[in-house]
Amino acid sequence: MVRFSLVSLPREALRGHTGWPRQWRRAEPKRRYQAIIVGGGAHGLAAAWHLARDHGLRDVAVLEKGWLGGGNTARNTTIIRSNYLAAESVALYDRALTLWPGLTQALDYNVMFSPRGVLTVATSPDEVREVQRRVYANRLAGIDAEWLSPKEAQAFCPLLRIEGGRWPVLGAALQRRGGIARHDAVAWAYARAASALGVDIIEQCPVTALRLDGGRVTGVDTARGVIEADAVALSTAAGTAGLAAGLDLPLESHVLQAFVSEPVKPALDCVLMAGGLDAHVSQSAKGEFVFGLPVGEGFGVIEKAAAGILDLLPTLSRLRLLRQWHGVVDVTPDRSPILGPTPVGGLSLNCGWGTGGFKATPAAGEILAHAVATGRPHPLGAPFGLERFAAGALIDERAAAAVAGGVR
Amino acid sequence: MTCRLPNGGRIDRSRKLRFLFNGTRYEGHPGDTLASALVANGVSLVGRSLKYHRPRGLLAAGPQEPNALFHVGFGPRSTPSMKATEVELHDGLVAVPEAGWPSLGWDFGRVADAVSGLWAAGFPYKTFKSSPRLWERLFEPALRGAAGWGSVPDGPDGDRYDARWAHCDVLVVGGGPAGLAAALAASADGARVILADAQNEAGGHLLHHDRAIGGHEALAWVADTLAALKDRPEVTVLSRTTVTMLERDGSALALERRTDHKGPQIGSFVPRQRLWRIRAGRVVLATGALERPLVFPGNDRPGVMLAGAVLAYVRRWAALPGRDAVVLTNNDGAYETAEALLDVGAGVVAVVDLRPDPPARLVARLAERGVEVLSGHVVVATRAGRRGITGVTVRALSADGTEVQGPARRLSCGLLAVSGGWDPDTALARQVGGTLRWDEAQACYITSTTPDFVSMAGGCAGTFSLHESLREGLSAGSDDPPPVPSVREPAYGTVRAVWQVPGRQAAFVDLQTDATAADIALAVREGFDHPELLKRYAVIGLGTEQGRTAQVNALGILSEVTGRHMADLAPTTARPPVEPMALGAIAGRAVGEFAAPRRLSPQHDWHAAAGAVFREEAGCQRPLAYPLPGETVAHAIERESLAVREKVGLHDAAPLGKIEVQGPDAGAFLDRVFTNGWSGLGVGRLRYGLMLTAEGSVLDDGIGGRLAPDRYRLMVGAPRSAAVIGHLKECAAAWPDLRVFVSDVTEQWATILLTGPRCRDVLGRLAPDLYLGARAFPFMTVQDAAVAGVPGRVARIGFTGELSFEVLVPWSRGMAVWQAALEAGAAFGITPLGLGAMEVLRAEKGFILPVQDTDSETTPFDLGYARLVDMGKGDFVGRSALEKVSGKGRRELVGLLTEDPRVVLPEGAALTADRAAEPPVPVLGHVTSSCYSPTLGRSIALALLADGRARTGEKVHAPLGLRTVTAVVAEPVFFDPEGRRRDG
Repeated sequence: MVRFSLVSLPREALRGHTGWPRQWRRAEPKRRYQAIIVGGGAHGLAAAWHLARDHGLRDVAVLEKGWLGGGNTARNTTIIRSNYLAAESVALYDRALTLWPGLTQALDYNVMFSPRGVLTVATSPDEVREVQRRVYANRLAGIDAEWLSPKEAQAFCPLLRIEGGRWPVLGAALQRRGGIARHDAVAWAYARAASALGVDIIEQCPVTALRLDGGRVTGVDTARGVIEADAVALSTAAGTAGLAAGLDLPLESHVLQAFVSEPVKPALDCVLMAGGLDAHVSQSAKGEFVFGLPVGEGFGVIEKAAAGILDLLPTLSRLRLLRQWHGVVDVTPDRSPILGPTPVGGLSLNCGWGTGGFKATPAAGEILAHAVATGRPHPLGAPFGLERFAAGALIDERAAAAVAGGVR
Repeated sequence: MTCRLPNGGRIDRSRKLRFLFNGTRYEGHPGDTLASALVANGVSLVGRSLKYHRPRGLLAAGPQEPNALFHVGFGPRSTPSMKATEVELHDGLVAVPEAGWPSLGWDFGRVADAVSGLWAAGFPYKTFKSSPRLWERLFEPALRGAAGWGSVPDGPDGDRYDARWAHCDVLVVGGGPAGLAAALAASADGARVILADAQNEAGGHLLHHDRAIGGHEALAWVADTLAALKDRPEVTVLSRTTVTMLERDGSALALERRTDHKGPQIGSFVPRQRLWRIRAGRVVLATGALERPLVFPGNDRPGVMLAGAVLAYVRRWAALPGRDAVVLTNNDGAYETAEALLDVGAGVVAVVDLRPDPPARLVARLAERGVEVLSGHVVVATRAGRRGITGVTVRALSADGTEVQGPARRLSCGLLAVSGGWDPDTALARQVGGTLRWDEAQACYITSTTPDFVSMAGGCAGTFSLHESLREGLSAGSDDPPPVPSVREPAYGTVRAVWQVPGRQAAFVDLQTDATAADIALAVREGFDHPELLKRYAVIGLGTEQGRTAQVNALGILSEVTGRHMADLAPTTARPPVEPMALGAIAGRAVGEFAAPRRLSPQHDWHAAAGAVFREEAGCQRPLAYPLPGETVAHAIERESLAVREKVGLHDAAPLGKIEVQGPDAGAFLDRVFTNGWSGLGVGRLRYGLMLTAEGSVLDDGIGGRLAPDRYRLMVGAPRSAAVIGHLKECAAAWPDLRVFVSDVTEQWATILLTGPRCRDVLGRLAPDLYLGARAFPFMTVQDAAVAGVPGRVARIGFTGELSFEVLVPWSRGMAVWQAALEAGAAFGITPLGLGAMEVLRAEKGFILPVQDTDSETTPFDLGYARLVDMGKGDFVGRSALEKVSGKGRRELVGLLTEDPRVVLPEGAALTADRAAEPPVPVLGHVTSSCYSPTLGRSIALALLADGRARTGEKVHAPLGLRTVTAVVAEPVFFDPEGRRRDG
């Protein structure tokens, strides 16, 4: 790996950038690996990097069915925050939020983490109660949470209309450390760093089934042949239920849509969330307004969200929707992920993130790597095991998981 | 300098339109676009590129224009990033370029071009990594400031938008020859047809191509066809209407621009734009093809323009983009541009054709007019002055197209017309799952499969011959198409695909993002060799022209660099919309007051007149309290709640959800949705119950009455009523074995609650025939009765702990009964009470409000409502989940009494066991309801608390930032726990 430095950059600029190598090696699948991670999204790649760096496990392959980071990594709205409700979730997401600011340096790749603050506005008394409950709980958990009056919210986010619309803003919670990052770059950064440590990243290699023997996973069947492994981790979002056949996974798949506007000069300097109005908005580094929607198919979802957005941000009315897309999210009954080892020996899971996986990337990778390397749950991941559904020890984040709360 | 040709063009020269561009006044004519008017006025510099701030001119004449992006209009009616080619000129139009500081002509940002080597593909990922602080404070703001084109208008939108729904047998998209033919054939036998054309006039490419149909000028055929369509009553022709989204069920979204071409419509009620939601039986796509530029060194100068665009400006708008043109082409099409330029006396220096053997007949025709054709040649460099291109350097192209060779020839020119072939516009077909294949002969991607309801005709299907386009259009419109008229048109010929031309100057692929051929090579070198990765890393096709000019060229270069065949690459997924749509147009009328309906009770006007302060609950406007003059809301709530405990109160409960459950199996149905038994309920009796989610948590509570053996009516709280009705309907559908209907009758019944020790006196006057004694009319029963002469129903139920009667009368009579109750109660001190007092009264009694006092984990056991769960009765929703719930650590409903009785805990406050711990502190629970109880003379609160009932008598703490409130855990019933007051 050529470091991106003050030496290499001008040198390459002068010689027409002809000296840059591939950011991740092109690897041919070997017959066997110590560990295989299925799914070359940001989570899977992060896990591979942590395996190699933290656990010294470098005989690792990441198998991606299409192109790197082409699933929900490429489709999410990149919001990063940790102001969840349950202590377990706060610990998990805040671990990620403590890793985000240093990620660029750790990976020698600018992932453009931008801690611009996440403002959650409340537009009904019920929402005020719910959002304040989270603020109080977050403060006790020791993470930054502020409650702003409508005027303070407007001062923080001048585009925000607090009265005169259909729904008055009654207050807002603010997590200043939250923000956004460049989603694609996160996948590429982990891929480059993991590859440099010896991890094989194999694109266009769909896994068709797990190979099991006596209650243990022994490898995977792929479109490019059988690959054996001592440990396999599934980090395949909505593809998980099909691959982990045999395990009873309480996952529902839902369509989630998002859209961006034409790029404009900086106008919105924070992430704005409004659960009650079914929308969240931020402005990307490219200048596009990025809109996240509640789960659901069809134009009706966009239409409803537009009405809510324009009530809060009326000056966006003439801004134009440039591109709309959707992905499929896998949702658990308690809106918390499934993370860690399973009853199948050697098999670990990382799924069920619903609409909120991107923000957890650095922590999800670390925790999954721990499970793969040791076969035991990471302390932060322990409450998120699959067994919690049988035990009834749910970690309910239906309200705090923002737009996923709309799922019934 | 005027570049308007003395005659010709589809403009109305009898009228002048004045407009302001970049601070300078210009004139144009009706029929002009902003772009054509700028061309006619000799304006060549229209923008600056995003990254290198290079001067840019118009490239296109249609939706693929990447450079001419203007902020059009001013104030709250202005729109950022409008393509000049899509803005129709109107008098008084104001347009400001989106780029250039301090000015478009002298842009300080040009320094970026001097060090362009630093900004190659992926540069942001490799740089600005020194520290998070520097990134946040310095680099990120600089990077963000450099991105984006327009700016957000600084006020709310001054215009209105609306929506229309339409159904048709055939939706035809595109008003060119193929689309017109399809509409004509489809409507011949009376089918309902909608023809949507994005342009201001129909005709498509016939507006600038010199063709004949049926022996006459093609535009005469267009006019005749339009006239015929307009005579057919079932045909709707929508102009200025872009079909932007198509779905697999045949529904389409089309945006009709109604006033943009007229300018600001101040004071008018005509909506600016209308969004059509069209349900079509069949869809004919006739969206044409878009010309592709060529990627060669120096290809981004002002004065480098698509050959088809040059032709359109000259023929359609009589505007000359430049004199002494060089035409650079890889196909026959651009020869028509050369001839058109000669026709208007603009001069053509040479035609440079990449093909070694262009058709002899074309070469001969130009030779006759003194124009040399340089076959097998290509432009390898361009030169420019202040006004744009001044010359090109031409060299021969090697046989394999990868190298240039031979002597360099310098040609002076004032215009470079470029054609790299034509890309069928397949965006809509791809939105519904259409797939593409590479057509080697025509060097373009064409659709190979489309869903059954979609047919494609003309250029969008890769059919570039007019005759064949008409044939396809007619056949797409009808199974029995009329004969295809004869046409006069040139042969289309062959295309030589050359994806990039080597040279020292930068060769741009995406003019909007400044991505070059070298950027693609770099991206591939670094491993970004999948089209999707390339698009993201090198930023290609992500601009506002949505990749129309860049995408296929990028794939071509990718195929060359990687050695993969075009057939093995595919354009990235087509994302809707086809044309950007204003958020306002999407929201339509659902803005401001219309963003969501306000549901009003039949007594709403009375409440307003009585000075009520309203609170919205699930869309319902409910009185929170009725403050007297000089009284605060808090005081009003105290007064109103005391009146209920002492005398009698009157509450408007119209928003309560009312649900009828009917059918022979209604009882069995309710047994399955409630945790307790309902089938055994006697007629005339009421019951309270809980409904659960499949996960075992409380969905809602409700009170229901059995009105007849096969008929129940439920009443549920307003906040969840929509969810509950949905849930019940879903259950009814899921259990086909049960014969049951669920109907929402919320807005059929006004509901008036009389509550308080004197309410029997009041109701006695209103319903003199009714026996109201505790025996004759016991608690939890319901009777039919006339109240104030209005036939209705009276239920002995309330939510306050006092003697109460709920009166249900038809919605339209609500006000009459309310008024009668006020008059009848005057002697007893009747007091109207709002939601605020109701919440105090119910909290004093510890009655829960689902949503507020529960969360998505709360079970009936957690609420202390085990008596409402009948595990012996068979299955019910949530039962299996309830069986799994373990006892330890559950958050249970408790009461809280603050140590200082004057302190009211905030709702939502987190509770801890330890008063002074440092975070992270374990949270035991939270306050769900909290208020000051005037009856008790102290604050009370309800909370969900871990192992709460076992903690009764213990202290818990609510850290609130600056202070910590301590409270004692208590029973959740604060007032009259024995229920003595219920019977009055």
